[in-house]
Amino acid sequence: MSSSELQSLYQEIILDHSRQPIGFGLVGNADGSSHQLNPTCGDEVTLEIAIDEHGLAHVHWEGHGCAISQASASLFSEMVGDGMSLDALDERIESFRTAMRSRGKIQPDEELLGDAAALGGVSRYIARVKCAMLAWVAAEDAIAQARA
Amino acid sequence: MRSLRQYSGAHRLEGTTESRTAITPATPTDHALTPSEVSAIRADFPSLQQEVNGHPLAYLDSGATSLKPRQVLDAEREFYERHNSAVHRGAHTLAALATEFFEDARATVARFIGAAEDEVVWTSNATEAINLVAYGISAASARGGADAVSLRAGDEIVVTEQEHHANLIPWQELASRTGATLRFIPVDDAGELMLDGLDETITERARVVAFTHVSNVLGSISPVDRIVARAREVGAITVLDACQSVPHMAVDVASLDVDFMAFSGHKMLAPTGIGVLYGRRELLNALPPFLTGGSMITTVTMERAEYLPAPQRFEAGTQRVSQAVALAAAIGYLEAIGMDRIAAHEAALGARLADGLAAIEGVRVLGPVAGAERVGLASVDVAGIHSHDVGQFLDDRGIAARVGHHCAQPLHRRLGVTSSTRASIYIYTTEEEVDRFIEAVADSRDFFGVRP
Repeated sequence: MSSSELQSLYQEIILDHSRQPIGFGLVGNADGSSHQLNPTCGDEVTLEIAIDEHGLAHVHWEGHGCAISQASASLFSEMVGDGMSLDALDERIESFRTAMRSRGKIQPDEELLGDAAALGGVSRYIARVKCAMLAWVAAEDAIAQARA
Repeated sequence: MRSLRQYSGAHRLEGTTESRTAITPATPTDHALTPSEVSAIRADFPSLQQEVNGHPLAYLDSGATSLKPRQVLDAEREFYERHNSAVHRGAHTLAALATEFFEDARATVARFIGAAEDEVVWTSNATEAINLVAYGISAASARGGADAVSLRAGDEIVVTEQEHHANLIPWQELASRTGATLRFIPVDDAGELMLDGLDETITERARVVAFTHVSNVLGSISPVDRIVARAREVGAITVLDACQSVPHMAVDVASLDVDFMAFSGHKMLAPTGIGVLYGRRELLNALPPFLTGGSMITTVTMERAEYLPAPQRFEAGTQRVSQAVALAAAIGYLEAIGMDRIAAHEAALGARLADGLAAIEGVRVLGPVAGAERVGLASVDVAGIHSHDVGQFLDDRGIAARVGHHCAQPLHRRLGVTSSTRASIYIYTTEEEVDRFIEAVADSRDFFGVRP
Protein backbone atom coordinates (compact mmCIF):
# COMPACT_ATOMS: atom_id res chain seq x y z
CA MET A 1 0.00 0.00 0.00
CA SER A 2 1.59 3.22 -1.08
CA SER A 3 0.27 6.58 -2.06
CA SER A 4 -0.47 7.58 -5.64
CA GLU A 5 2.11 10.36 -5.25
CA LEU A 6 4.79 7.80 -4.53
CA GLN A 7 3.65 5.70 -7.48
CA SER A 8 3.82 8.72 -9.74
CA LEU A 9 7.35 9.41 -8.47
CA TYR A 10 8.48 5.86 -9.12
CA GLN A 11 6.66 4.99 -12.34
CA GLU A 12 7.35 1.53 -13.72
CA ILE A 13 9.29 3.02 -16.62
CA ILE A 14 11.63 4.74 -14.14
CA LEU A 15 12.23 1.56 -12.17
CA ASP A 16 12.84 -0.33 -15.45
CA HIS A 17 15.45 2.18 -16.55
CA SER A 18 17.16 2.08 -13.16
CA ARG A 19 17.43 -1.70 -13.36
CA GLN A 20 18.41 -1.97 -17.04
CA PRO A 21 20.01 1.32 -17.95
CA ILE A 22 20.54 2.52 -21.49
CA GLY A 23 23.90 3.93 -22.55
CA PHE A 24 25.69 2.54 -19.50
CA GLY A 25 29.44 2.07 -19.96
CA LEU A 26 32.11 4.67 -20.75
CA VAL A 27 34.04 4.38 -24.03
CA GLY A 28 36.66 7.13 -23.60
CA ASN A 29 37.84 9.43 -26.41
CA ALA A 30 34.99 11.80 -25.64
CA ASP A 31 34.91 15.48 -26.57
CA GLY A 32 33.56 16.28 -23.15
CA SER A 33 33.31 14.29 -19.92
CA SER A 34 31.83 15.31 -16.60
CA HIS A 35 31.67 13.63 -13.21
CA GLN A 36 28.87 14.84 -10.94
CA LEU A 37 28.42 13.86 -7.32
CA ASN A 38 25.61 14.51 -4.91
CA PRO A 39 27.53 14.54 -1.61
CA THR A 40 24.45 14.26 0.57
CA CYS A 41 23.51 10.80 -0.70
CA GLY A 42 26.50 9.68 -2.73
CA ASP A 43 24.77 9.56 -6.13
CA GLU A 44 27.40 9.67 -8.86
CA VAL A 45 27.22 10.01 -12.63
CA THR A 46 30.09 10.29 -15.11
CA LEU A 47 28.82 11.24 -18.54
CA GLU A 48 30.68 11.50 -21.84
CA ILE A 49 29.66 13.45 -24.91
CA ALA A 50 31.29 12.51 -28.23
CA ILE A 51 30.61 14.53 -31.39
CA ASP A 52 30.53 12.63 -34.69
CA GLU A 53 31.47 13.91 -38.18
CA HIS A 54 27.89 15.19 -38.68
CA GLY A 55 28.10 17.28 -35.54
CA LEU A 56 25.78 15.00 -33.62
CA ALA A 57 26.36 14.24 -29.94
CA HIS A 58 26.45 10.68 -28.61
CA VAL A 59 26.28 9.87 -24.93
CA HIS A 60 27.74 7.22 -22.65
CA TRP A 61 27.65 7.21 -18.90
CA GLU A 62 28.36 5.29 -15.74
CA GLY A 63 27.23 5.82 -12.22
CA HIS A 64 25.60 4.51 -9.12
CA GLY A 65 23.01 5.82 -6.76
CA CYS A 66 19.29 6.03 -6.26
CA ALA A 67 16.70 4.87 -8.81
CA ILE A 68 15.87 8.45 -9.78
CA SER A 69 19.44 9.50 -10.55
CA GLN A 70 20.27 6.36 -12.48
CA ALA A 71 16.97 6.22 -14.39
CA SER A 72 17.38 9.87 -15.29
CA ALA A 73 20.82 9.23 -16.83
CA SER A 74 19.38 6.27 -18.74
CA LEU A 75 16.38 8.27 -19.97
CA PHE A 76 18.70 11.06 -21.08
CA SER A 77 20.71 8.52 -23.09
CA GLU A 78 17.56 7.12 -24.63
CA MET A 79 16.45 10.62 -25.60
CA VAL A 80 19.76 11.33 -27.33
CA GLY A 81 19.41 8.00 -29.10
CA ASP A 82 21.52 7.71 -32.26
CA GLY A 83 22.72 11.28 -32.02
CA MET A 84 21.40 14.76 -31.41
CA SER A 85 22.73 18.24 -32.18
CA LEU A 86 24.19 20.25 -29.32
CA ASP A 87 21.59 22.96 -29.83
CA ALA A 88 18.78 20.41 -29.57
CA LEU A 89 20.36 19.09 -26.38
CA ASP A 90 20.59 22.61 -24.92
CA GLU A 91 16.90 23.13 -25.51
CA ARG A 92 15.96 19.82 -23.92
CA ILE A 93 18.18 20.27 -20.86
CA GLU A 94 16.70 23.73 -20.28
CA SER A 95 13.16 22.45 -20.70
CA PHE A 96 13.81 19.55 -18.32
CA ARG A 97 15.34 21.89 -15.71
CA THR A 98 12.36 24.24 -15.87
CA ALA A 99 9.96 21.37 -15.25
CA MET A 100 12.11 19.96 -12.41
CA ARG A 101 12.24 23.32 -10.64
CA SER A 102 8.50 23.94 -10.97
CA ARG A 103 7.44 22.05 -7.81
CA GLY A 104 4.97 20.06 -9.84
CA LYS A 105 3.44 23.03 -11.66
CA ILE A 106 4.96 22.39 -15.09
CA GLN A 107 4.73 18.98 -16.70
CA PRO A 108 7.79 17.98 -18.73
CA ASP A 109 7.25 18.28 -22.52
CA GLU A 110 6.85 14.72 -23.71
CA GLU A 111 7.33 15.62 -27.38
CA LEU A 112 10.66 17.19 -26.58
CA LEU A 113 11.89 14.85 -23.86
CA GLY A 114 10.33 11.51 -24.75
CA ASP A 115 10.08 9.02 -21.91
CA ALA A 116 12.20 11.30 -19.72
CA ALA A 117 8.95 13.21 -19.19
CA ALA A 118 8.06 10.38 -16.78
CA LEU A 119 10.40 12.06 -14.31
CA GLY A 120 7.86 14.88 -13.93
CA GLY A 121 6.69 13.49 -10.57
CA VAL A 122 10.11 14.22 -9.07
CA SER A 123 9.58 17.98 -9.17
CA ARG A 124 7.18 17.80 -6.23
CA TYR A 125 9.89 16.26 -4.07
CA ILE A 126 12.36 19.11 -3.60
CA ALA A 127 14.97 16.87 -1.98
CA ARG A 128 15.02 14.62 -5.05
CA VAL A 129 15.24 17.20 -7.84
CA LYS A 130 19.01 17.14 -7.54
CA CYS A 131 18.94 13.35 -8.12
CA ALA A 132 16.98 13.77 -11.34
CA MET A 133 19.14 16.66 -12.52
CA LEU A 134 22.49 14.95 -11.90
CA ALA A 135 22.98 13.43 -15.39
CA TRP A 136 21.57 16.51 -17.10
CA VAL A 137 24.00 18.78 -15.24
CA ALA A 138 26.81 16.39 -16.22
CA ALA A 139 25.64 16.59 -19.84
CA GLU A 140 25.55 20.37 -19.73
CA ASP A 141 29.11 20.44 -18.43
CA ALA A 142 30.33 17.86 -20.98
CA ILE A 143 28.66 19.81 -23.81
CA ALA A 144 30.40 23.00 -22.70
CA GLN A 145 33.72 21.15 -22.86
CA ALA A 146 32.88 19.74 -26.30
CA ARG A 147 32.19 23.25 -27.57
CA ALA A 148 35.34 24.74 -26.07
CA MET B 1 11.42 38.03 40.33
CA ARG B 2 11.93 34.32 40.81
CA SER B 3 15.13 33.17 42.37
CA LEU B 4 17.61 31.03 40.55
CA ARG B 5 16.75 28.01 42.62
CA GLN B 6 13.05 28.31 41.90
CA TYR B 7 13.75 28.84 38.24
CA SER B 8 15.89 25.82 37.51
CA GLY B 9 14.34 23.61 40.15
CA ALA B 10 10.80 24.35 39.11
CA HIS B 11 11.60 23.57 35.53
CA ARG B 12 13.20 20.35 36.44
CA LEU B 13 10.03 19.27 38.19
CA GLU B 14 7.55 20.81 35.79
CA GLY B 15 9.53 19.23 33.01
CA THR B 16 8.37 15.81 33.93
CA THR B 17 5.06 16.24 35.68
CA GLU B 18 3.29 13.75 33.47
CA SER B 19 6.02 11.13 33.32
CA ARG B 20 6.63 11.40 37.05
CA THR B 21 3.09 10.42 37.81
CA ALA B 22 3.70 7.22 35.90
CA ILE B 23 7.04 6.41 37.51
CA THR B 24 6.86 5.25 41.10
CA PRO B 25 9.97 5.06 43.28
CA ALA B 26 9.49 1.30 43.45
CA THR B 27 10.29 0.96 39.73
CA PRO B 28 13.73 -0.60 39.33
CA THR B 29 16.15 1.93 37.85
CA ASP B 30 17.15 -0.37 35.00
CA HIS B 31 13.58 -1.27 34.12
CA ALA B 32 12.49 -0.29 30.61
CA LEU B 33 9.77 2.35 30.35
CA THR B 34 6.20 1.08 30.37
CA PRO B 35 3.88 1.88 27.44
CA SER B 36 1.93 4.29 29.61
CA GLU B 37 5.11 6.11 30.62
CA VAL B 38 6.15 6.41 26.99
CA SER B 39 2.73 7.69 26.12
CA ALA B 40 2.96 10.32 28.90
CA ILE B 41 6.37 11.37 27.58
CA ARG B 42 5.01 11.62 24.02
CA ALA B 43 2.37 14.07 25.17
CA ASP B 44 5.19 16.51 26.00
CA PHE B 45 6.44 16.58 22.40
CA PRO B 46 4.39 18.82 20.10
CA SER B 47 6.16 17.40 17.02
CA LEU B 48 4.63 14.01 17.70
CA GLN B 49 1.09 15.37 17.56
CA GLN B 50 1.21 15.69 13.77
CA GLU B 51 0.60 13.57 10.71
CA VAL B 52 3.05 13.30 7.83
CA ASN B 53 1.76 12.19 4.43
CA GLY B 54 -1.48 11.04 6.02
CA HIS B 55 0.18 8.93 8.73
CA PRO B 56 1.03 9.67 12.35
CA LEU B 57 4.66 10.78 12.38
CA ALA B 58 7.06 7.99 13.37
CA TYR B 59 10.19 9.95 14.20
CA LEU B 60 13.11 7.53 14.00
CA ASP B 61 15.84 10.06 13.33
CA SER B 62 16.81 11.08 16.86
CA GLY B 63 20.41 10.06 16.20
CA ALA B 64 20.55 13.03 13.83
CA THR B 65 18.62 15.38 16.10
CA SER B 66 16.05 14.74 18.80
CA LEU B 67 12.61 16.25 19.12
CA LYS B 68 12.13 18.86 21.87
CA PRO B 69 9.62 18.66 24.74
CA ARG B 70 7.49 21.66 25.71
CA GLN B 71 9.37 21.98 29.00
CA VAL B 72 12.64 22.68 27.18
CA LEU B 73 11.01 25.10 24.75
CA ASP B 74 9.31 26.83 27.68
CA ALA B 75 12.59 27.15 29.60
CA GLU B 76 14.24 28.85 26.64
CA ARG B 77 11.25 31.12 26.03
CA GLU B 78 11.00 32.02 29.70
CA PHE B 79 14.66 32.97 29.77
CA TYR B 80 14.11 35.35 26.86
CA GLU B 81 10.88 36.71 28.25
CA ARG B 82 12.04 37.33 31.79
CA HIS B 83 15.79 37.11 32.28
CA ASN B 84 17.45 37.89 28.97
CA SER B 85 20.64 39.85 29.55
CA ALA B 86 24.37 39.76 28.82
CA VAL B 87 26.28 37.34 31.04
CA HIS B 88 29.57 37.97 32.85
CA ARG B 89 29.27 41.75 32.52
CA GLY B 90 27.02 44.51 33.74
CA ALA B 91 25.99 45.23 37.29
CA HIS B 92 22.24 45.26 36.87
CA THR B 93 19.89 42.68 38.31
CA LEU B 94 19.01 40.93 35.07
CA ALA B 95 22.68 40.62 34.07
CA ALA B 96 23.44 39.03 37.43
CA LEU B 97 20.45 36.68 37.13
CA ALA B 98 21.29 35.68 33.56
CA THR B 99 24.86 34.94 34.65
CA GLU B 100 23.57 32.76 37.47
CA PHE B 101 21.30 30.81 35.16
CA PHE B 102 24.11 30.38 32.67
CA GLU B 103 26.55 29.12 35.29
CA ASP B 104 23.88 27.01 36.97
CA ALA B 105 23.35 25.31 33.61
CA ARG B 106 27.07 24.58 33.50
CA ALA B 107 26.83 23.08 36.99
CA THR B 108 23.91 20.92 35.85
CA VAL B 109 25.92 19.58 32.91
CA ALA B 110 28.96 19.01 35.13
CA ARG B 111 26.95 17.01 37.66
CA PHE B 112 25.23 15.08 34.85
CA ILE B 113 28.56 13.79 33.46
CA GLY B 114 30.49 13.61 36.73
CA ALA B 115 32.83 16.54 35.99
CA ALA B 116 33.81 19.69 37.89
CA GLU B 117 32.16 22.92 36.77
CA ASP B 118 35.40 24.44 35.49
CA GLU B 119 35.89 21.38 33.29
CA VAL B 120 32.77 22.09 31.23
CA VAL B 121 33.23 24.38 28.22
CA TRP B 122 30.29 25.60 26.17
CA THR B 123 30.61 25.21 22.41
CA SER B 124 28.13 25.48 19.56
CA ASN B 125 28.10 21.73 18.99
CA ALA B 126 30.29 18.65 19.32
CA THR B 127 32.07 19.42 16.06
CA GLU B 128 33.23 22.74 17.45
CA ALA B 129 34.24 21.02 20.70
CA ILE B 130 36.51 18.58 18.86
CA ASN B 131 37.93 21.36 16.69
CA LEU B 132 38.61 23.39 19.84
CA VAL B 133 40.88 20.60 21.10
CA ALA B 134 42.52 20.03 17.70
CA TYR B 135 43.19 23.73 17.11
CA GLY B 136 44.38 24.22 20.69
CA ILE B 137 46.92 21.42 20.22
CA SER B 138 47.85 22.98 16.90
CA ALA B 139 48.50 26.37 18.50
CA ALA B 140 50.49 24.83 21.36
CA SER B 141 52.57 22.84 18.89
CA ALA B 142 53.36 25.87 16.75
CA ARG B 143 54.42 28.10 19.65
CA GLY B 144 56.28 25.82 22.01
CA GLY B 145 53.30 25.31 24.30
CA ALA B 146 53.03 22.78 27.10
CA ASP B 147 54.41 19.35 26.18
CA ALA B 148 51.21 17.63 27.25
CA VAL B 149 49.28 19.33 24.45
CA SER B 150 51.98 19.69 21.76
CA LEU B 151 52.70 17.54 18.73
CA ARG B 152 55.87 17.20 16.69
CA ALA B 153 56.68 15.54 13.39
CA GLY B 154 56.82 11.81 13.99
CA ASP B 155 54.17 11.87 16.72
CA GLU B 156 51.01 9.91 16.04
CA ILE B 157 47.29 10.65 16.27
CA VAL B 158 45.06 7.59 16.44
CA VAL B 159 41.38 7.43 15.48
CA THR B 160 39.13 4.52 14.50
CA GLU B 161 37.60 3.46 11.21
CA GLN B 162 34.15 3.96 12.77
CA GLU B 163 34.44 7.71 13.21
CA HIS B 164 31.93 10.33 12.21
CA HIS B 165 33.65 12.84 9.93
CA ALA B 166 33.58 15.32 12.84
CA ASN B 167 36.01 13.10 14.77
CA LEU B 168 38.17 12.33 11.76
CA ILE B 169 38.74 15.43 9.65
CA PRO B 170 39.89 17.72 12.52
CA TRP B 171 42.60 15.11 13.24
CA GLN B 172 43.55 14.79 9.56
CA GLU B 173 43.99 18.55 9.52
CA LEU B 174 45.92 18.58 12.80
CA ALA B 175 48.25 15.86 11.47
CA SER B 176 48.88 17.86 8.32
CA ARG B 177 49.59 21.07 10.26
CA THR B 178 51.98 19.46 12.75
CA GLY B 179 53.66 16.76 10.68
CA ALA B 180 52.17 14.07 12.91
CA THR B 181 50.97 10.79 11.39
CA LEU B 182 47.30 9.81 11.50
CA ARG B 183 46.67 6.12 12.20
CA PHE B 184 43.47 4.25 12.82
CA ILE B 185 42.10 1.22 14.64
CA PRO B 186 40.49 -0.80 11.83
CA VAL B 187 37.11 -2.53 11.92
CA ASP B 188 36.28 -6.07 10.83
CA ASP B 189 33.63 -7.07 8.27
CA ALA B 190 30.92 -6.61 10.91
CA GLY B 191 32.21 -3.14 11.71
CA GLU B 192 33.58 -4.12 15.10
CA LEU B 193 36.80 -2.43 16.26
CA MET B 194 39.73 -4.83 15.85
CA LEU B 195 41.61 -4.54 19.12
CA ASP B 196 43.96 -7.49 18.62
CA GLY B 197 46.59 -5.19 17.19
CA LEU B 198 45.84 -2.33 19.58
CA ASP B 199 49.41 -2.16 20.92
CA GLU B 200 50.75 -1.91 17.36
CA THR B 201 48.25 0.83 16.41
CA ILE B 202 48.60 2.87 19.60
CA THR B 203 52.38 2.94 19.91
CA GLU B 204 54.76 4.88 22.14
CA ARG B 205 54.60 7.65 19.52
CA ALA B 206 50.83 8.13 19.96
CA ARG B 207 50.01 11.50 21.55
CA VAL B 208 46.26 11.71 20.86
CA VAL B 209 43.69 8.89 20.70
CA ALA B 210 40.26 10.08 19.49
CA PHE B 211 37.39 7.64 19.25
CA THR B 212 33.64 7.36 19.43
CA HIS B 213 31.77 6.03 22.46
CA VAL B 214 28.84 4.73 20.42
CA SER B 215 28.95 4.35 16.64
CA ASN B 216 26.40 6.59 14.94
CA VAL B 217 26.08 4.04 12.13
CA LEU B 218 26.30 0.69 13.90
CA GLY B 219 24.90 1.37 17.36
CA SER B 220 27.77 -0.57 18.89
CA ILE B 221 29.38 0.56 22.14
CA SER B 222 33.17 0.97 22.09
CA PRO B 223 35.38 -0.78 24.66
CA VAL B 224 36.41 2.53 26.21
CA ASP B 225 38.32 0.89 29.07
CA ARG B 226 40.67 -1.06 26.80
CA ILE B 227 41.42 1.88 24.52
CA VAL B 228 41.90 4.30 27.41
CA ALA B 229 44.14 1.82 29.26
CA ARG B 230 46.42 1.52 26.23
CA ALA B 231 46.43 5.29 25.65
CA ARG B 232 47.41 5.84 29.31
CA GLU B 233 50.22 3.30 28.96
CA VAL B 234 51.82 5.36 26.20
CA GLY B 235 50.88 8.76 27.64
CA ALA B 236 48.43 9.78 24.91
CA ILE B 237 45.56 12.21 25.41
CA THR B 238 42.13 10.61 24.92
CA VAL B 239 39.23 12.38 23.19
CA LEU B 240 35.82 10.72 23.31
CA ASP B 241 33.01 11.53 20.87
CA ALA B 242 30.01 11.01 23.13
CA CYS B 243 27.31 12.38 20.82
CA GLN B 244 25.47 9.07 20.67
CA SER B 245 26.02 8.04 24.29
CA VAL B 246 25.42 11.02 26.60
CA PRO B 247 21.79 11.51 25.42
CA HIS B 248 20.99 7.84 25.89
CA MET B 249 22.80 6.37 28.90
CA ALA B 250 24.45 7.34 32.15
CA VAL B 251 27.92 8.63 31.28
CA ASP B 252 30.47 9.46 33.95
CA VAL B 253 33.75 10.98 32.77
CA ALA B 254 35.54 10.06 35.97
CA SER B 255 34.92 6.36 35.51
CA LEU B 256 35.53 6.52 31.75
CA ASP B 257 38.83 8.25 32.62
CA VAL B 258 38.98 10.13 29.29
CA ASP B 259 40.78 13.47 28.98
CA PHE B 260 38.29 15.18 26.68
CA MET B 261 34.70 14.40 25.78
CA ALA B 262 32.38 16.13 23.31
CA PHE B 263 28.62 16.03 22.86
CA SER B 264 25.79 18.10 21.39
CA GLY B 265 22.68 19.46 23.08
CA HIS B 266 20.39 19.10 20.08
CA LYS B 267 20.60 15.29 20.19
CA MET B 268 19.38 15.29 23.82
CA LEU B 269 16.16 17.35 23.73
CA ALA B 270 17.91 20.75 23.75
CA PRO B 271 18.00 23.36 20.98
CA THR B 272 20.64 23.55 18.27
CA GLY B 273 23.61 25.83 18.89
CA ILE B 274 24.76 24.38 22.21
CA GLY B 275 27.43 21.75 22.68
CA VAL B 276 29.77 20.70 25.45
CA LEU B 277 33.43 20.01 25.71
CA TYR B 278 34.53 18.27 28.88
CA GLY B 279 38.26 18.56 29.53
CA ARG B 280 40.49 17.47 32.35
CA ARG B 281 41.29 20.67 34.27
CA GLU B 282 45.10 20.62 33.89
CA LEU B 283 44.86 19.88 30.17
CA LEU B 284 42.25 22.57 29.53
CA ASN B 285 44.45 25.11 31.29
CA ALA B 286 47.48 24.00 29.25
CA LEU B 287 45.58 24.39 25.99
CA PRO B 288 45.78 27.74 24.16
CA PRO B 289 42.42 29.28 23.26
CA PHE B 290 40.75 28.38 19.95
CA LEU B 291 38.61 31.50 19.42
CA THR B 292 39.80 34.76 20.93
CA GLY B 293 38.08 38.03 21.75
CA GLY B 294 35.99 39.46 24.53
CA SER B 295 35.17 37.75 27.84
CA MET B 296 38.14 35.40 27.82
CA ILE B 297 40.94 37.75 28.96
CA THR B 298 42.45 39.26 32.11
CA THR B 299 44.72 42.05 30.83
CA VAL B 300 44.88 43.38 27.29
CA THR B 301 47.43 45.84 25.89
CA MET B 302 47.84 46.93 22.28
CA GLU B 303 50.52 44.25 21.90
CA ARG B 304 49.24 41.22 23.78
CA ALA B 305 46.63 39.65 26.02
CA GLU B 306 46.53 37.39 29.06
CA TYR B 307 43.84 34.75 29.16
CA LEU B 308 41.46 33.62 31.86
CA PRO B 309 41.66 30.04 33.08
CA ALA B 310 39.30 27.42 31.66
CA PRO B 311 36.46 27.35 30.93
CA GLN B 312 36.21 31.11 30.20
CA ARG B 313 39.36 31.14 28.08
CA PHE B 314 37.47 29.07 25.50
CA GLU B 315 34.31 31.15 25.59
CA ALA B 316 35.12 34.25 23.58
CA GLY B 317 32.29 36.54 22.57
CA THR B 318 28.60 36.42 23.32
CA GLN B 319 27.65 33.01 24.62
CA ARG B 320 24.73 30.68 23.89
CA VAL B 321 22.91 31.59 27.06
CA SER B 322 19.32 30.61 26.29
CA GLN B 323 20.52 27.38 24.73
CA ALA B 324 22.57 26.54 27.82
CA VAL B 325 19.55 27.21 30.05
CA ALA B 326 17.45 24.99 27.77
CA LEU B 327 20.07 22.24 27.86
CA ALA B 328 19.90 22.26 31.65
CA ALA B 329 16.11 21.89 31.40
CA ALA B 330 16.62 18.99 28.97
CA ILE B 331 18.96 17.28 31.43
CA GLY B 332 16.37 17.78 34.16
CA TYR B 333 13.78 16.13 31.93
CA LEU B 334 16.05 13.15 31.18
CA GLU B 335 17.12 12.72 34.81
CA ALA B 336 13.54 12.67 36.04
CA ILE B 337 12.98 9.64 33.82
CA GLY B 338 16.35 8.16 34.77
CA MET B 339 19.25 7.53 32.40
CA ASP B 340 19.42 3.83 33.24
CA ARG B 341 15.74 3.40 32.44
CA ILE B 342 16.20 5.33 29.20
CA ALA B 343 19.10 3.03 28.26
CA ALA B 344 16.99 -0.04 29.09
CA HIS B 345 14.06 1.25 27.00
CA GLU B 346 16.30 1.93 24.04
CA ALA B 347 18.25 -1.31 24.31
CA ALA B 348 14.99 -3.28 24.29
CA LEU B 349 13.65 -1.41 21.26
CA GLY B 350 17.07 -1.57 19.58
CA ALA B 351 17.09 -5.35 19.91
CA ARG B 352 13.54 -5.55 18.56
CA LEU B 353 14.58 -3.34 15.65
CA ALA B 354 17.74 -5.29 14.80
CA ASP B 355 16.04 -8.69 15.14
CA GLY B 356 13.09 -7.63 13.00
CA LEU B 357 15.29 -6.19 10.27
CA ALA B 358 17.69 -9.14 10.26
CA ALA B 359 14.75 -11.47 9.61
CA ILE B 360 13.93 -9.76 6.29
CA GLU B 361 15.44 -11.45 3.26
CA GLY B 362 17.81 -9.20 1.34
CA VAL B 363 18.30 -6.86 4.28
CA ARG B 364 21.71 -6.59 5.88
CA VAL B 365 21.90 -5.05 9.32
CA LEU B 366 25.24 -3.25 9.63
CA GLY B 367 27.18 -3.71 12.84
CA PRO B 368 26.62 -6.04 15.78
CA VAL B 369 24.85 -9.29 14.93
CA ALA B 370 21.36 -9.82 16.27
CA GLY B 371 21.54 -10.50 20.00
CA ALA B 372 24.80 -8.58 20.49
CA GLU B 373 24.84 -5.41 22.59
CA ARG B 374 23.61 -2.34 20.74
CA VAL B 375 21.93 0.91 21.57
CA GLY B 376 18.59 1.92 20.05
CA LEU B 377 19.94 2.39 16.57
CA ALA B 378 20.30 0.21 13.49
CA SER B 379 21.38 0.83 9.91
CA VAL B 380 20.49 -1.44 7.03
CA ASP B 381 21.49 -2.03 3.46
CA VAL B 382 18.55 -3.25 1.39
CA ALA B 383 19.85 -5.29 -1.53
CA GLY B 384 19.04 -3.65 -4.85
CA ILE B 385 17.52 -0.48 -3.41
CA HIS B 386 19.45 2.71 -2.78
CA SER B 387 18.92 4.16 0.69
CA HIS B 388 17.42 7.34 -0.74
CA ASP B 389 14.69 5.29 -2.39
CA VAL B 390 14.08 3.33 0.82
CA GLY B 391 13.89 6.65 2.68
CA GLN B 392 11.37 8.02 0.18
CA PHE B 393 9.21 4.94 0.63
CA LEU B 394 9.40 5.30 4.43
CA ASP B 395 8.54 9.00 4.22
CA ASP B 396 5.44 8.14 2.22
CA ARG B 397 4.30 6.25 5.33
CA GLY B 398 5.14 9.08 7.71
CA ILE B 399 8.35 7.44 8.90
CA ALA B 400 11.32 9.77 9.38
CA ALA B 401 14.63 7.92 9.07
CA ARG B 402 18.14 8.90 8.06
CA VAL B 403 19.51 7.83 4.68
CA GLY B 404 22.96 8.28 3.17
CA HIS B 405 26.39 7.79 4.68
CA HIS B 406 25.58 9.44 8.03
CA CYS B 407 28.84 11.44 7.87
CA ALA B 408 30.82 8.20 8.01
CA GLN B 409 32.02 7.51 4.47
CA PRO B 410 35.13 5.48 5.42
CA LEU B 411 33.07 3.10 7.57
CA HIS B 412 30.48 2.57 4.83
CA ARG B 413 33.24 1.99 2.28
CA ARG B 414 34.89 -0.55 4.59
CA LEU B 415 31.58 -2.40 4.97
CA GLY B 416 31.17 -2.46 1.19
CA VAL B 417 28.20 -0.11 0.92
CA THR B 418 27.95 3.52 -0.16
CA SER B 419 25.00 4.34 2.03
CA SER B 420 22.46 2.90 4.44
CA THR B 421 19.06 3.53 5.99
CA ARG B 422 19.15 4.22 9.72
CA ALA B 423 16.46 4.14 12.37
CA SER B 424 17.37 5.66 15.72
CA ILE B 425 15.33 5.52 18.89
CA TYR B 426 14.76 7.83 21.82
CA ILE B 427 12.65 8.13 24.96
CA TYR B 428 9.45 8.75 22.97
CA THR B 429 9.82 5.83 20.57
CA THR B 430 7.23 3.05 20.75
CA GLU B 431 7.30 -0.63 19.80
CA GLU B 432 4.61 0.14 17.26
CA GLU B 433 6.88 2.69 15.52
CA VAL B 434 9.74 0.20 15.43
CA ASP B 435 7.38 -2.38 13.93
CA ARG B 436 6.14 0.12 11.34
CA PHE B 437 9.74 0.73 10.29
CA ILE B 438 10.50 -2.99 9.99
CA GLU B 439 7.33 -3.60 8.00
CA ALA B 440 7.99 -0.65 5.69
CA VAL B 441 11.56 -1.78 4.96
CA ALA B 442 10.18 -5.24 4.07
CA ASP B 443 7.45 -3.71 1.89
CA SER B 444 9.93 -1.46 0.09
CA ARG B 445 11.31 -4.60 -1.53
CA ASP B 446 7.92 -5.33 -3.05
CA PHE B 447 7.44 -1.76 -4.19
CA PHE B 448 10.81 -1.56 -5.91
CA GLY B 449 10.41 -5.07 -7.27
CA VAL B 450 13.54 -6.57 -5.81
CA ARG B 451 11.79 -9.38 -3.96
CA PRO B 452 12.43 -12.68 -5.80
